[in-house]
Amino acid sequence: MTGIHETSDRRWVSAARSNRVRSLWFAGLIVVLALLLALSVTIGTRNVDWSDISAALGGMQDTIGQAAIALRIPRTVLALLAGASLGLAGAIMQGVTRNPLADPGILGVNMGASLAVVTGVAWFGMSSAHAYIWTAIAGAGCTAVFVYTIGSLGRGGATPLKLALAGAATSIALASLAIAVVLPRGDIAGGIQSWQIGGVGGATYGRIVPVMPFLAAGFAISLLSARKLNSLALGDELAAGLGERVAVARAIASLGAILLCGATTAVCGPISFLGLVVPHLCRTLIGVDYRWLLPFSAVGGAGLLLGADILGRIVARPGEIDVGIVTALIGAPFFIWIVRRQRVREL
Amino acid sequence: MTELAPTVDLIINSRRRRAGRHAVLLALLIAVVLALFGITLSVGQSFTPPVEVIRVLIGQDLPGTSFTVAQLRLPRAVLSILAGMCFGLGGVAFQVMLRNPLASPDIIGITSGAGAAAVFAIVVLSMTGPMVSILAVAAGLCVAVLVYGLSFRNGIAGTRLILVGIGMSAMLQSVIAYILSSAPAWSLQEAMRWLTGSVNGAQLSQALPLFLALVLFGGLLLSRTRDLEALQLGDDTAAALGVRVATTRMLIIVCAVGMIATATAVTGPIAFVAFLAGPIAARIVRGNGSLLLPSALVGAILVLAGDYVGQLLLPSRYPVGVVTGALGAPYLIFLIVRVNRTGGSL
Repeated sequence: MTGIHETSDRRWVSAARSNRVRSLWFAGLIVVLALLLALSVTIGTRNVDWSDISAALGGMQDTIGQAAIALRIPRTVLALLAGASLGLAGAIMQGVTRNPLADPGILGVNMGASLAVVTGVAWFGMSSAHAYIWTAIAGAGCTAVFVYTIGSLGRGGATPLKLALAGAATSIALASLAIAVVLPRGDIAGGIQSWQIGGVGGATYGRIVPVMPFLAAGFAISLLSARKLNSLALGDELAAGLGERVAVARAIASLGAILLCGATTAVCGPISFLGLVVPHLCRTLIGVDYRWLLPFSAVGGAGLLLGADILGRIVARPGEIDVGIVTALIGAPFFIWIVRRQRVREL
Repeated sequence: MTELAPTVDLIINSRRRRAGRHAVLLALLIAVVLALFGITLSVGQSFTPPVEVIRVLIGQDLPGTSFTVAQLRLPRAVLSILAGMCFGLGGVAFQVMLRNPLASPDIIGITSGAGAAAVFAIVVLSMTGPMVSILAVAAGLCVAVLVYGLSFRNGIAGTRLILVGIGMSAMLQSVIAYILSSAPAWSLQEAMRWLTGSVNGAQLSQALPLFLALVLFGGLLLSRTRDLEALQLGDDTAAALGVRVATTRMLIIVCAVGMIATATAVTGPIAFVAFLAGPIAARIVRGNGSLLLPSALVGAILVLAGDYVGQLLLPSRYPVGVVTGALGAPYLIFLIVRVNRTGGSL
């Protein structure tokens, strides 16, 4: 198994480390994440001193400082969950499509979820959290199937650039439709518009708790499909030869990713490029084995989103930059860099 | 020589026929633009008889009617036509030059670049008028050069250029979103203008930069029609035909970006007009001559008709960009399907 793996992807062989090194990296990442968690609670528009922070963590909300901290905690939790979901979903999508450009944002999945929610709110007066989540997941699923179908039309099947182009174009088209759906509803347009930027500000436990079961299911399915993704990485023929049912493996892993993307988008709005960057960074650390890559991507994604959120709060003080904007500014150059590395056939 | 004569006659005749068809098509398109212009001026929330419209246009002062026609409808219609022509012409120049309908300025980030610069100039620097346009053109050019440079690697590959452009566009869009969301007075109306484009609140003074851009850049572009069409055959063939490829390409980029960016600074990025005009014109012209002028006219028709539909024919009032956006979105998806299936061109 490992022998085949090494010949199949020589580039990552040098990066493959022994399990001990990987464990050390994982521990390191966890420490960084813990640090970011602490920063996320302490840094914000208002400077709060340590006594207030510790009091607020104990549940007190008597002073303004303590109240500010009490607002930052759910926000931090949401950033943690959303980042982990998107990082994990990105890794899964890259594995399922065997495409280094795959990302829930670039493939249009987040925008699909977003359009579904927007339509539900504007046309059907949807308001319950569960309705949001189900619609978002349905939208994400339909878009994923749609984009994959379009991307694999024609010669050569779903090549990375074709798939990325199909996803990006679908995303642009859906965004344009979303504006058309929102605009006549002046009463809700402002709120939806700011939701569509993608952010974790203003999070409350009331919004986080309903998505927890969906995220939990998504995490479970995703993490359990690591072995399948490893087989898929060998190519369809080899995977089938090893006894993997290729289509089923793809469907199951995708389901996990779609649950994660849909549920995250329902709460945060569409956040792009995070799922692209994180798995690539993790691969350079620990190699291509999905049994390691998936948990790393989850932790890395959580860290990156938290970091982006903190950055957004520091850079524009006293205001703040929504995390969706920060990730786009960090992720898009990365995307361009990967596109440049691809060898392309003129369409 | 004498044996060639019938063939030569045949070619001359067929060229003449094609030129004739092209002229007829252009006349038809102009007629449609004029008809839409007339309808926009006379039929709005209230109906103004055409005779009165003409009397206002030649300078007579009719109480009430003058205001409706000269102050409300005329600037709107003029701006729609000029912006539509700028978008259509600039868009098709890119599509023809890069031989790919997806390589239109609104998809590869040039419109977003101009839009981001315009929003920055207006919201943050509180500039107005020509300075905004100049900044938008400069930013559009920077983005064009950047996208072109970044996707250059052993020659340009269309797909790479489009994806690099989409990445660039994503960044610039998020800059626009940030500036808009942190603006002191967040007005949805204003924001929508920069997200989808609209001609609401049009004034005749705004038409001047558009007109200048159209005459200057559009004229220059049209004078290079032959070179542009040669480029469509591929760089090597064009060079063999005597076209100076690099110079022509630079000139076309400057002209197209100049028009697109000026129009974006005035009306905002009216969604997909630059993208749609070329392919629609290609369906109309069907190989009978140049695409440039027909695309410009189709652009004008799209914006005029889109604005009219958005203002009057739908249950609530939409800016023109929403209408063209809803029209363009399915087409974009259709195009992706076709491009992937067959490998496509205009």
